[in-house]
Amino acid sequence: MATFEPALFARINKPDSASLKTYQADGGYSRLKEFLSMAPGDVTNIVKDSGLRGRGGAGFPTGLKWTFLPKDHPGPIYLAINADESEPGTFNNRYLMELDPHQLIEGIILACHAIRSQKAYLYLRYEYGTSYRVLDAAIRECRAAGILGNNILGTGVSCDIVLHRGAGAYICGEETGLIESLEGKRAWPRIKPPVPAIEGLFRKPTIVNNVETLCCVTQILYRGTEWFKSIGVPPDPNNPRDPGSYGPKLYCVSGHVNRPCCVELPLGVTARELIEEHAGGVWKGRRAKAVVPGGISMGFLSASELDTKLDFAGPGKVGCLGLGTAAVVVVDDQTSMVDVLYNCCRFMSHESCGQCTPCREGTAWMTKILERIRTGQGRTEDLDLLMEVAGSMGIIPGTTICGLSDGAAWPVKNAISKFRPEFEEYVRSRRATVTSAQQLMAVH
Amino acid sequence: MSVLSEELREKIRAEFPKYPNKRAVTLPALHLVHDTLRAVSREAIVEIAELLELHPAEVHDTMTFYNFFKDETNPLGRHRVWFCRSISCMLRGGEELLETVCHKYNVHPGETSPDGRMTVEFAECLGACEGAPCILVDDVCHMNVNPASASALIDKL
Repeated sequence: MATFEPALFARINKPDSASLKTYQADGGYSRLKEFLSMAPGDVTNIVKDSGLRGRGGAGFPTGLKWTFLPKDHPGPIYLAINADESEPGTFNNRYLMELDPHQLIEGIILACHAIRSQKAYLYLRYEYGTSYRVLDAAIRECRAAGILGNNILGTGVSCDIVLHRGAGAYICGEETGLIESLEGKRAWPRIKPPVPAIEGLFRKPTIVNNVETLCCVTQILYRGTEWFKSIGVPPDPNNPRDPGSYGPKLYCVSGHVNRPCCVELPLGVTARELIEEHAGGVWKGRRAKAVVPGGISMGFLSASELDTKLDFAGPGKVGCLGLGTAAVVVVDDQTSMVDVLYNCCRFMSHESCGQCTPCREGTAWMTKILERIRTGQGRTEDLDLLMEVAGSMGIIPGTTICGLSDGAAWPVKNAISKFRPEFEEYVRSRRATVTSAQQLMAVH
Repeated sequence: MSVLSEELREKIRAEFPKYPNKRAVTLPALHLVHDTLRAVSREAIVEIAELLELHPAEVHDTMTFYNFFKDETNPLGRHRVWFCRSISCMLRGGEELLETVCHKYNVHPGETSPDGRMTVEFAECLGACEGAPCILVDDVCHMNVNPASASALIDKL
């Protein structure tokens, strides 16, 4: 562990880290010509062999995704870069875009070559104005240097990047919602199949990859698959379906810690280590009551689960939805879980796209039920009602098109099952503060 | 008399070559119009639709999906200030910050201050959780903001 050297973040503390000059001084783009001379399938195979899994939240193997493209398609084929980073607690892609845009651009060029695409659309959330300006400048530098555009560095390979700004909607981070939004429509996720690799942006084969994933592609090409596989957690030998959790990961730590941060570490670090060793511990000398392992959609770890390894498999072993974006949010022991859960539900209700009824209605009603509890008009039965609503929405029960709904249900399921006594006590003590007439009015 | 100036139309047309069809220019066009005119009016929607060869209802549908674009009944002030209310900011005083600012400037989220200086909004996660609570002034993020520093920023707008 002590020997771990950041790769994705190797440059971010250097002066002028975002410039082409700084990137090239570190060897950036030095082997681009060589890589673009390789057969596209060979680049895909390197990424496949590395075991890289998508960093955007779902953890799907990147190289495998690329192989879903139809063979011998006449084109165009598109790459869409998901830079709509909006999962609460998550800000790692912002670091990568603002502080080292060329690492990302090189990853985009390499991925485009692998999938035989000449055009990449980078869907950037509107709120990242600084990222937009840094990327725009970096893309111009590349065009001027012949690194983007037609016939890159004389290799005969062409690739260009279009920056496309969103308009403040979380659902655009869902890959088919992103595609619809890019096409100029409301961001309603599409029913799959067909997966985007078969029919995506502008009805053409499309690969959607996250910013950090593409930065990993650059590092894998330069440092090799053996380097990548020497970091992280190998597959569980007792689980033939586990592809493992290889490589470095950017972990975000925020909330009630002394030093909120974004830190690069091998996949598999524990929540406790992140909080204690990298984020300066829980603030004000308090203890952690609950910890979000990977953005609020993933649910909560309880105080007794802080030794959970934050690799792709770890959070699921203690009832969370998954690793998600590896955004860790710490909640201290002086904070009410009702308030925390209410905040999560309000977010999901605001951001549900409204296409699927169980999600649109479920997120809204869960928020209303928690509002009622907070005003002292709740009943302990409401906790069961919340669990019932949460259990009825999402891809897992098969009632919605996309996973936003599963991510809306999970914090409810985790909070109420792991912190039920606190919720019950809250309901009782708040009820005592209002009159029976008010309680009756709330029920009927 | 058209709502969109020739200059604005040229900026919208300049987006066309980036995409295989004009419909994909809907969001870029809405941003350009919204930034310049501080609202996207019904008339502007019709003119955008003409430029993009769409039905106005299609532009309206996309525009209203994103809780981002103001119409002519509620135009933006000279600046737009977003206060993050999502979890990391909430845990470090984001909601209290928004409340304090709203009281001080006599404005509710979604409204514009009486002097037209700023439109205040609540935001869902701004992606700057290491600097919670954070705010976005137009599209520039400010971190570790408290009521005093927020007021100082706003007073300089």
